[in-house]
Amino acid sequence: MIDAQRLTKRYGEKTAVDGLDFVVKPGTVTGFLGPNGAGKSTTMRMIVGLDAPTSGSVTVNGHPYARHRAPLQEVGALLEAKSVHPGRSAYQHLRALALTHGIPGGRVDEVIDLAGLGSVAKKRAGAFSLGMGQRLGIAAALLGDPQTVMLDEPVNGLDPEGVLWIRNLLKGLADEGRTVFVSSHLMSEMALVADHLIIVGRGRLLADTTVADLIREAGGDTVKVATQDPARLRDVLAGPGVDVTGRIGSEELQVTGLTAREIGLKAAEHGIALFELSARSVSLEEAFMDLTRDAVEYHGATTGIDTLGRPA
Amino acid sequence: MSTLTATAEEPRTTPARPAYRVTGRRVLASEWAKLWSLRSTWITLGLGLLFLVAFGLIAASRYKSEIGSAHMDPDFAASTAVSLSLFGTNFAQLALGVLGVLVTAGEYSTGMIRSTLAAVPRRLPVLWSKAAVFGLVALVVGTLGAFVAFGFGSGIVSGTPAAMSLSHAGVLRSLLGAGLYLGLVGVIGAALGALLRSVAGGISVLVAALMLIPGLISLLPSSWQNDISPYLPSNAGESMFALTHDSTALSPGAGLLVFVCWTALALGGAAYRLARTDA
Repeated sequence: MIDAQRLTKRYGEKTAVDGLDFVVKPGTVTGFLGPNGAGKSTTMRMIVGLDAPTSGSVTVNGHPYARHRAPLQEVGALLEAKSVHPGRSAYQHLRALALTHGIPGGRVDEVIDLAGLGSVAKKRAGAFSLGMGQRLGIAAALLGDPQTVMLDEPVNGLDPEGVLWIRNLLKGLADEGRTVFVSSHLMSEMALVADHLIIVGRGRLLADTTVADLIREAGGDTVKVATQDPARLRDVLAGPGVDVTGRIGSEELQVTGLTAREIGLKAAEHGIALFELSARSVSLEEAFMDLTRDAVEYHGATTGIDTLGRPA
Repeated sequence: MSTLTATAEEPRTTPARPAYRVTGRRVLASEWAKLWSLRSTWITLGLGLLFLVAFGLIAASRYKSEIGSAHMDPDFAASTAVSLSLFGTNFAQLALGVLGVLVTAGEYSTGMIRSTLAAVPRRLPVLWSKAAVFGLVALVVGTLGAFVAFGFGSGIVSGTPAAMSLSHAGVLRSLLGAGLYLGLVGVIGAALGALLRSVAGGISVLVAALMLIPGLISLLPSSWQNDISPYLPSNAGESMFALTHDSTALSPGAGLLVFVCWTALALGGAAYRLARTDA
């Protein structure tokens, strides 16, 4: 459980995180989405106490991170990939972290196997590929068998097999009742693993929603129909909750509120020939782009108003 | 996977989780393991020891070969077995001080500090542990090096005016003082690394404080020089291990006190920055 309240971080003039309020609940994978520079990494750094909030607060399992007796047991975090001394072996790196908590050596071996690092555990971390580095970071995150797992861009640099491994791992951790909080700037990746989404842009909360709700709000599903007689088809399909659009003189119509199946059946009933009938679901990527584009414009506008109000 | 799947089968409300806990002793153990798991530690400590012993031997050999010749530098002629043996202290302090900087600033340059502080978010135990672990190691290496250098050096110069044995007044104090000085230089290096968070910056300030500033002080009017000079880190430190003290230098005890104050100042600055600023 992660609970952020009015969480704000300013670096001089720049506001990286601007009054974020959100709760990350256990038992599901929560995606933390936003374009680059939206404040995702800064937020995660504040969650584990690396950065202090300018104002507001964030707690993990009810307490600020630094107050826990065994912080690694509360939150396992993968921050930037390079949080490792390149001269130390993977095993020595994990062992040094384990020693601070009295985590037994057996657990170090366990997470090395879990992350698939068995064959390179004794090699210097500096010689690791990007993907191996990510795996080592994830091994470190899981070391304390934490209730909350927080990963910043975990699929970066991973090969397809690694990406699949991460997906299954995250789902598995959530099924065990853990809180799983994963950041990404790739909506398509999040759509495959996350149930819940927290979307930020320019440090502000844009949406705190589920994947299904986001699609619905972004315009829902439309069906594209091409027909010989668009005018008649419009009349046939018309009804409450149904919206049909199309350019005059075009054979193509966009229909919302009906499924492709329903449209096909009605057309057949009235003997209207169809050339094309395809359900086009709004991709999460598009929904995400719409949301963040609006946010950027919205912020541009407010900044303008703000400056008008201030003596320049 | 075994642990993760195992916990899944247990009821969510009462997970049988081991009770881990961060303690000061465990942070010390972690820093100890970190220090020895890097190759650079072994190399730099080896170099420090080598400098200390090798330069002592070279100085003693040169003294032995020149003694009695007419054109010998009068200062050099006044050397003792202790001053010749500890000739390498200047070079060893560089090696040990630089390794001290690496112990802390190296974590910032590599990003390791994020892992370290995520494991110990209270932060200050990390600094105390690093200073204690590395200070102790530098103390042991410095003391060992000083005694080994004296063992060989006093053997080389036996039978000359510089000859001395361990039982000679002040010799034991000088050798232990040299070890203690090198230990504290290690702590200062670690503190400067944590304060500046940069390997290059830490080394620059260390070299400036220990080697350059004494030279610059000579540009000041001489009355000021005599007031300031003995309290500089390098001169106060030298008082700790010099066998003889002229009227301007501090006594060994006072030198130790002043040098400990410099160390505490550097550590205090490092602690302030670590506790107060974002990692």
